[in-house]
Amino acid sequence: MKQLNRLPNAGRTNPDQNINFTFNGKAYQGVMGDTLASALLANGVDVVGRSFKYSRPRGIVGHGAEEPNGIIQLGSGAATVPNLKVTQVELYEGLEASSVNGWPTINFDLMGIMGWFGRLMPPGFYYKTFMYPQKLWMTYEHFIRKAAGLGKTPVEADPDVYDKLNQHCDVLVVGAGPAGLVAAREAAEAGARVIIADEQSEFGGSLLASTQILNGVSASQWVADMVEQLKRYNNVQQLPRSTVFGYYDHNFLTILEKRTDHLGLSAGKGQRVRQRLHRVRAKQVVLATGAFERPLVFAHNDIPGVMQASSVSTYVNRYGVAPGSKLILATTNDNAYQTAIDWHTAGRDVVAVVDSRQSPNGELVEQVRALGIQIAVGHGVIEAKGGKRVRAAMVAPLNESGSAITGEVKRLPCDLIATSGGWSAAIHLSSHTGAKPVWDESIVSFRPGDSKQQECSVGACNGTFGLRDGLIEGATAGAKAAQLAGFGLGAVQFSPVELVELTQEPQQALFLVPHSRPPSRAPSQFVDLQLDVSAGGIELAVREGFESVEHVKRYTALGFGTDQGKLGNINGMAILANALNQSISETGTTIFRPSYTPTTFGAIAGRDVGELFDPERYTSAHRWHVEQGAKFEDVGQWKRPWYFPKVNETLDQAVNRECLAVRNSVGILDASTLGKIDIQGPDAAEFITRMYTNSYLKLAAGKCRYGVMLKEDGMIFDDGVCACLSENHYLMFTTTGGAAGVLAWLELWQQTEWPELQVYFTSVTDHWATATVTGPNARKVVAKVCQDIDLTPDQFGFMDWRDGTVAGVAARVFRISFTGELSFEINVPANYGRYVWEALIEAGKEFDITPYGTETMHVLRAEKGFIIVGQDTDGSMTPADMNMDWIVGKNKAFSFIGQRSLSRSDTLRDNRKQLVGLKTIDPNIVLPEGAQIVSDPKQPIPMSMQGHVTSSYYSANMGHSIALAVVKGGLNRLGDTVYCPAADGATVPAQIVSSVFYDPKGERQNV
Amino acid sequence: MLQIYCPHCQELRSEEEFSCGGEAHIARPLAPETLTDEEWGDYLFFRKNPRGIHHEMWYHVTGCRRYFNATRNTVTYEILETYKVGTQPSIVGEGV
Ligand SMILES: [Zn+2]
Repeated sequence: MKQLNRLPNAGRTNPDQNINFTFNGKAYQGVMGDTLASALLANGVDVVGRSFKYSRPRGIVGHGAEEPNGIIQLGSGAATVPNLKVTQVELYEGLEASSVNGWPTINFDLMGIMGWFGRLMPPGFYYKTFMYPQKLWMTYEHFIRKAAGLGKTPVEADPDVYDKLNQHCDVLVVGAGPAGLVAAREAAEAGARVIIADEQSEFGGSLLASTQILNGVSASQWVADMVEQLKRYNNVQQLPRSTVFGYYDHNFLTILEKRTDHLGLSAGKGQRVRQRLHRVRAKQVVLATGAFERPLVFAHNDIPGVMQASSVSTYVNRYGVAPGSKLILATTNDNAYQTAIDWHTAGRDVVAVVDSRQSPNGELVEQVRALGIQIAVGHGVIEAKGGKRVRAAMVAPLNESGSAITGEVKRLPCDLIATSGGWSAAIHLSSHTGAKPVWDESIVSFRPGDSKQQECSVGACNGTFGLRDGLIEGATAGAKAAQLAGFGLGAVQFSPVELVELTQEPQQALFLVPHSRPPSRAPSQFVDLQLDVSAGGIELAVREGFESVEHVKRYTALGFGTDQGKLGNINGMAILANALNQSISETGTTIFRPSYTPTTFGAIAGRDVGELFDPERYTSAHRWHVEQGAKFEDVGQWKRPWYFPKVNETLDQAVNRECLAVRNSVGILDASTLGKIDIQGPDAAEFITRMYTNSYLKLAAGKCRYGVMLKEDGMIFDDGVCACLSENHYLMFTTTGGAAGVLAWLELWQQTEWPELQVYFTSVTDHWATATVTGPNARKVVAKVCQDIDLTPDQFGFMDWRDGTVAGVAARVFRISFTGELSFEINVPANYGRYVWEALIEAGKEFDITPYGTETMHVLRAEKGFIIVGQDTDGSMTPADMNMDWIVGKNKAFSFIGQRSLSRSDTLRDNRKQLVGLKTIDPNIVLPEGAQIVSDPKQPIPMSMQGHVTSSYYSANMGHSIALAVVKGGLNRLGDTVYCPAADGATVPAQIVSSVFYDPKGERQNV
Repeated sequence: MLQIYCPHCQELRSEEEFSCGGEAHIARPLAPETLTDEEWGDYLFFRKNPRGIHHEMWYHVTGCRRYFNATRNTVTYEILETYKVGTQPSIVGEGV
């Protein structure tokens, strides 16, 4: 198919290298160097999508990150990418793209024809809908997404690889336009380590589409020379296709580098990195991010064929594409006249220049006049006419301020309206630093405000729109930034760039071109094309009482699209200011936040996906568990055996079997993951006693004690056993999940409150492997592999520990029990863990020793009413709430952590939730954990909640289900019947019983 | 992401090595049992939470595992100084 709009002058493309691509299923051809946007325009594709709310046909408006309409889905399958801008997609062979918003097709849009959609969605639609009725939102959302289209995320795993690079540099230059290039050169010359990043495929910025002569050569030649010069410095890193998308605290910036996207989807084939996230800490930052041309807002300014003036010039000069034939240029400034010259030079017809100013006479204006082009001064384009393409512009004379029409409206046929309302500095990154933008009436733009970061803005993003001034500012800033980073004396090293710049007359501030009718009645004057926010919508928000710019933004959705309002945001602020009878300065602007442009999740995740998402910790017997077919459970980062199913066993069957085996013979548990902290020092006992509720001052070597730790508010924080290894030497066990927190907690108190206490902590969790042998036959098993410890009960009693050897390996053996059975916890150096484990399994064979996992561990301890911190407690439970008053030392000399809080009026309340057991009336029903508890199932909603179930299992040993629960005043309600409403509407009655279901006297562990 | 100077390691390190420990210079009452509920509650629950200069504890958790204090501006996130526990800040100021 012929590229109707391709010019003989190829710009920076290579016309000899054709590239085939499809758009919405139709085949086209572009050339090397095209973006998808320039290729579509070359092929005369007018409509690229449908608008979000009104479903109006939309065409390409811009040429970069500001593009609001050309939003596409690239490719299909696992590597498909939603919501890309056609202006930022480089063309490659075989590219497939489709519009994201257009249903069923962009040219025949069902929603547009039905025409009711927009009426359903006035400004504030989201909020009105969210508020009432909430249920309806689900219906709307489904429909809105389908109808308006926000792109499709792939459902398969991402086939590409991404990585992250942490970098430091002396000077980071953001933007490789003229100001950025000279800044980088000066900083590099001074010896600073420089990174220069630019989002486009090649460096040069505005110069890539410029006809300007610099140092006697063309702009593109000058850029090429600069890039070559920078290459010669080995202290400069050039990053093209790299968007600096976030500026965070302390000069930390993030850069998204697209490395293979321009070659095709998954061009890296899962081998080469598709995108790289640079995390850069820069000593100094030079922002040279340029500016966005501001559109003129007028009635039906959204019809395809209305474009930015600078974009028209860019397509003509850089891509060799003329997106139309008969141009009307609407402007408020001299600068845009260049577009008329470019269009004329391309051999196309300039119908007229429509200038809102009464008597423009700048040098560029005179050049256009000299070409014989008609200039309508003191006029504005007040409305575009056409359907899927502009057919005419309605032009009217304006008063001097541009606020009213003063005469007859004329219709001028054309197929392209280029508009320019001046330039807005791209202050986004400066705004990320928290700098408050400052409105500058003299340049009709915001400027970057004062920042606390080590940065400066240069060139157009600083409101310095002239090329010569921008180059001087860039060079000066580059030298200065290097000096501040410790390189050079701050003086500019290179001679100024020579160029002839035409003088320009002042522009006119015009944000909304008047219509014969007011905005509320005029055909829509679009401010935000992507989200269909009109001038009338903003005025309506003001009439509905909104005054703050941030509120109006959220109410109208102005600037909420994927383009984040880069095009019309300033027009919106100005229209709002006008409606509020304020200055723009008083109204202010919304705060820009990261990301500057959309960033893929892949790049943010980098390599931290799949099994590298989080570190995994394994015990030394892990492979044995795997070989036995254990199912695993994540406990923090640990992989713990959950249960060990035999062939065809379900979870319930396996757990029942394991539970019975422990109580009837012997079981073995891998308890290596329990936190272990080695504590030494002359004040160790005193310190430990301050941390636990009970005392350790008289704990002798060879003895263990169970303790509970509170936070200062009196609430249980961790529990475990602490053993005295020798004088001034202790081993503290913590919960698996609490290990790191407990160590930090000990260090906090020792370092900040009691530095005079001599005590030292070392985490030894990973140093030891722990096998718990438990059950009535436990002693017989251990005796087979341990000869040097006297295991008789009177020599080695409950809560004692002994040094010795197990299977020939030096071991510490603890008689502590979490099952309520006779137990030996055998600790050996971790490297011997599996060896000793297997020796114990071998020794236990004759007793049918049964390995069990965390599920059985949970059931067995629940049968005994032993709590699990974090499951039966939730940070609002005291020892008394857990019916564990016995653990609180009453006569401790030092007020231990949390002690004072135990006598606060609130902790003494008698209707606090207290730990009890629940026995369902139907013994086979296992209550769901988390189930709420009520006293009267017939009470109307809202019912009075009495508490909730914290642990719940079927107990094979008891022959019925068991549950632990916290119930208001529960300890005084033993015997009461309570009810748990279930999700299906049924209620389950249960009786409040003691939390100890099995062996209430605790005789079995003490044998 | 902040960059924090650890006075023990004497190096500027990245925030991800640290965790914040809240307001600094809160001494634990020497005789908690003698305090009224209200006095104990003040110690337990009430914090300055200023807009502006704030003295706060930081913990070099994946570094030297030492606590230290920082003077930080809660508006601009500037860290004006860091200093060891047991010493006093050189920069003091009311909230702005
Ligand atoms: Zn440190």
